[in-house]
Amino acid sequence: MRFRLNGQQRELEVHPMKRLLDALREDLGLIGTKEGCGEGECGSCTVLVDGEPVCSCLLPVAQVEGAEVITIEGLGGEHPLQRAFVEEGGAQCGICTPGMIMAALALGPNPTEAEIREGLAGNLCRCTGYTAIIRAVQKA
Amino acid sequence: MAVGRNVARKDGFPKVAGSALYTDDLAFPGMLYGRSIRSPLAHGRIEAIELDFDRTGFTIVDCQDIPGRNVVTLLGDDQPCLAAGQVLHVGEPILLLAHADRERLLEARVEIRFQEMPALLNLLESDHSFKDILIQKGELEAGWSRADTIIEGEYRTGHQEQLYIEPNVVIAVPEEGGVTIHGSLQCPYYVHKALRVLLDLPPERIRVVARETGGGFGGKEEYPSMIAGHAALLALKAGRPVKLVYDREEDMIATTKRHPSICRIRSGVQDDGTLTALDIEVLIDGGAYVTLSPVVLSRGVIHASGPYRCPNVRIQGRALRTNTPPNGAFRGFGAPQTQFALEVHMERIAEQLRMDPVQLRRINALRPGDRNATGQVMGPDCSALEVLEEAVRRSDFHRKRRNHSGSLRGIGLSLIYHGSGFTGSGEVALNSEAALEVTEAGVRILVASTEIGQGTRTMHAQIVAETLGIPYEQVETDNPDTARVPDSGPTVASRTCMVVGGILKRCAEQLKERLGDRSPQQYFAEHGSLKVSRRYQRPEGLLWDEEHYRGDAYATFAYSCVVSELELDPDTYQVKPLRLTAVQDIGKAIHPILAAGQIEGGTAQGLGYALLEEVVMQGGVMANAQLTNYLIPTTMDTPPIDVHFVNRPYQEGPFGAKGVGELPIDGPAPSLVNALRHLGLDLRSIPATPERIMEVACASV
Repeated sequence: MRFRLNGQQRELEVHPMKRLLDALREDLGLIGTKEGCGEGECGSCTVLVDGEPVCSCLLPVAQVEGAEVITIEGLGGEHPLQRAFVEEGGAQCGICTPGMIMAALALGPNPTEAEIREGLAGNLCRCTGYTAIIRAVQKA
Repeated sequence: MAVGRNVARKDGFPKVAGSALYTDDLAFPGMLYGRSIRSPLAHGRIEAIELDFDRTGFTIVDCQDIPGRNVVTLLGDDQPCLAAGQVLHVGEPILLLAHADRERLLEARVEIRFQEMPALLNLLESDHSFKDILIQKGELEAGWSRADTIIEGEYRTGHQEQLYIEPNVVIAVPEEGGVTIHGSLQCPYYVHKALRVLLDLPPERIRVVARETGGGFGGKEEYPSMIAGHAALLALKAGRPVKLVYDREEDMIATTKRHPSICRIRSGVQDDGTLTALDIEVLIDGGAYVTLSPVVLSRGVIHASGPYRCPNVRIQGRALRTNTPPNGAFRGFGAPQTQFALEVHMERIAEQLRMDPVQLRRINALRPGDRNATGQVMGPDCSALEVLEEAVRRSDFHRKRRNHSGSLRGIGLSLIYHGSGFTGSGEVALNSEAALEVTEAGVRILVASTEIGQGTRTMHAQIVAETLGIPYEQVETDNPDTARVPDSGPTVASRTCMVVGGILKRCAEQLKERLGDRSPQQYFAEHGSLKVSRRYQRPEGLLWDEEHYRGDAYATFAYSCVVSELELDPDTYQVKPLRLTAVQDIGKAIHPILAAGQIEGGTAQGLGYALLEEVVMQGGVMANAQLTNYLIPTTMDTPPIDVHFVNRPYQEGPFGAKGVGELPIDGPAPSLVNALRHLGLDLRSIPATPERIMEVACASV
C-alpha cells in the first residue's frame, strides 16, 4: 500500500481490508485520530482523503492507495483552527476535537454560520453544544 | 490576575494537536485484549457454561477467580462483579476472556444455558424499593383549605444515555504483587476502594490513574469500578496487562443511564397564583441493583418542589428495583426529572388560572430568607427572581409570546435551581483532602479531581494562582494518580469548583503564609519542596437531619431560567428549536469561556433529553444501542444559545463560586415542552419525539 500521509510518501504492509483508522493508530502511530462509534455516525475519526472529509472507521486502507491523506497530526499544532479551538473553548473533553478540526478544514475559507453547521453536522460533540466550535471556526 | 480571565486551558493544545493521550492510545508490552460475556436474559439461573473454542492463549475468568469479595463496592454490596449463579438483568457480566489476538477473542464462542425466570420490567409493578424518602413541610391540610383551585398531573421522563464520545476503556497492568489501572474515569478513589474489596489487596498495592477522559457526564462515575475490576481480574490471572475497551453498542447496552421517572403532583393554588400546597410523589426506576439510586432519589426529591416558597409540602420518593440494567449517575442526578415535572405543572397552573407564566413564577419564587421544602433558609445569594426577570427581558418573552400566538412558533420558559456539592452531610462524610506542593517551577496541584472536559485543571490552577499571587503558568497540574494525590473525592455533583476549589484556595492561603515574601521558586531553591494540605471544612451554620430530611440539604444553590423558542412542522411534527436563552447565577465564573461552555453543552444535552433521545427498551434491553437510531443533537439540531450570567456570589465559595456543571441540564426540557404547550400541545412526557407530539396533537383534535 502506498499513499501520501501528511505530506510524506508512505508504504504500508497491512491487510487491505484493515480499517484506515486502525492502520493510522496501530501501524503508523498516529493516535490523534479517535474512534467514537465505529459505524460512521460520530465523525471522531474524520481525516481528509484527497481533501474530502471521510470517516476512517468506514474506509478499508486499500481505498487510499495512491491518495493524499491528512490527519490532525498533519496540521502541526499551530494551525489557526487549532489555536482558535483553544482560545474559544471549542475543545472540552477533546475526543471529538481532531475529527471536528479536520471536518472544519474541509469547509474552505470564510464559511458562513449555515455552512459551518451543515459541514460539521456529521461530527458529534457532547460537551460544547457546538456554540464554541462554530465561534472557533468563524474566528479561524 | 488569573480568576475571571480566559486563560489558555491547560489541556488545550495537546487536545487540538491530537497528542493528548487517552486510555485507548496507550499500549503496554505483552498487552492482551479483554472481552466480557454477558447475560442475554433479564432474569435467570445459570445452569452451565460451555466454552466452545480452542483455549490456547486465552485467559478465562469467572466469579470463582475473585480473590476478595464478589461485589462492586459503592452504597450497597448487592451488585456482583461477575454473576454467581443468577442474572438479574440483560447485559450482566458473567465471564471474562482475554487474548493477544482480537480476532480470536471475538470469535470465541461461549454457550451459557439458563433457567429463565420471570422478569420484572415495569417499575409500576415493582414492590421492591431500594430507598424511600419522605419530606414534609407545614400541613398539607391547611394548604388545601386555603386553595381556590386544586390542579393535578402526572409526568414521565425516559432513560437518557450519557453518550460521552469516548466509550469506556480501562487498562490493568499487574505490578509488584498488585495492579495499576489506567482508565477513562471520573472517580479514581471509587475505583481504588472497589478494587481493594474485590481483590483483597492492601491499599498501597492498588494504583489508579485517571487518563485523559473523553467525556463522562456521570456515566464514568460508578461503572468504571466494574470495568476496572474485570480488567484487573484478567490481568492478575494472565500476569500481563489487559485492555478492556467497549464498543459503542456494548457501552450503550451494559452501562448506566439516567433513571426513568414518574412524578405525580397535586397542587393547591389561590386565584392570584399563590401556591398553598404541593403533594408530590416521585418514582424512579433503579434497575437491578442499588448502585447510586438512593442518592439520585435524594437529590430528585429535594429538588421536586423547585425554587418556590410553598408553605405546605409533602414529597414522597421511591427508587424501585426492576430487572433492567442499573441506572446511575447522569448530570443532574434526579433533579432534571423532578424539575421537569414541576415546571410543566407550573405551566399548567398558569394556563388554568389564565395567568402569565412569568407572573406565576414571580409570585412564588424563593427570595433570600425564604425556606424551601426541607426548611433550608435561602441565603443572600438566592437569585431566582433575578434570573427569571433577566431571561424574560433578554428574550423579549412577552412580545414574542403575543406575536407567536396562533402561529407555528412557540415560546416557553422554566425556572430551576440546583444544589451545589454532595447532598446533606455528604461532604462531611467524604472529608475530602487537597494539597499543594512547591516545585522548581512553581506550585503543583495535588487533587483526585479529574479533567473530563469541564476544565478542572485550568480552573483549579486559576484559583491557586490568584490566591498565591503567582502567574497562572507557574501552576502545574496533571492527571490524578492515587499513588501521588490525596482523596479529594469524586468528580461529580457540581463540587469540583466550589468544594475542591475551595479546599485548594485554603491550601494556597496557608502556603502563602509559609512562603512569606519568597516566590515558590525561591523557596524551592533555598529549602527544597514544601507540601501543604487541607481538608473540607463545613461552612458554619449548616445543619442536616438525615432521618427527617430537614435542614440544609446543600451549602447553596445555583439558579437558572431557560427560555425556548421553537417552530413546529405541521406535517411531520418535527420541532425546530430556534433559540435558547439561558440566564444563570453560578456565583462567580472563574473562567468565563469555560463556564459558558458548561452552560452551552449542558443546554444542548438537555435539548436532546427533551426532544430527541429515546432509549427504546425491549425485553429489558436497549433496542437502539447505536448512534444511527439513538439520536443526540448535531449542529443542525442545536440552535444558537444565548448564555448570560447574573452572578450572586456565595460567600463560602472560592471567589464566590457555586456549582455549575449540572445546573444547565435541568431547565431545557421543561422550557421546550412549555414552548410546545404554547402551541396548544399538552405534552407531559419526554422525549417529545414527533411520534409523541403527533399522538398529543391528534388526541386534541
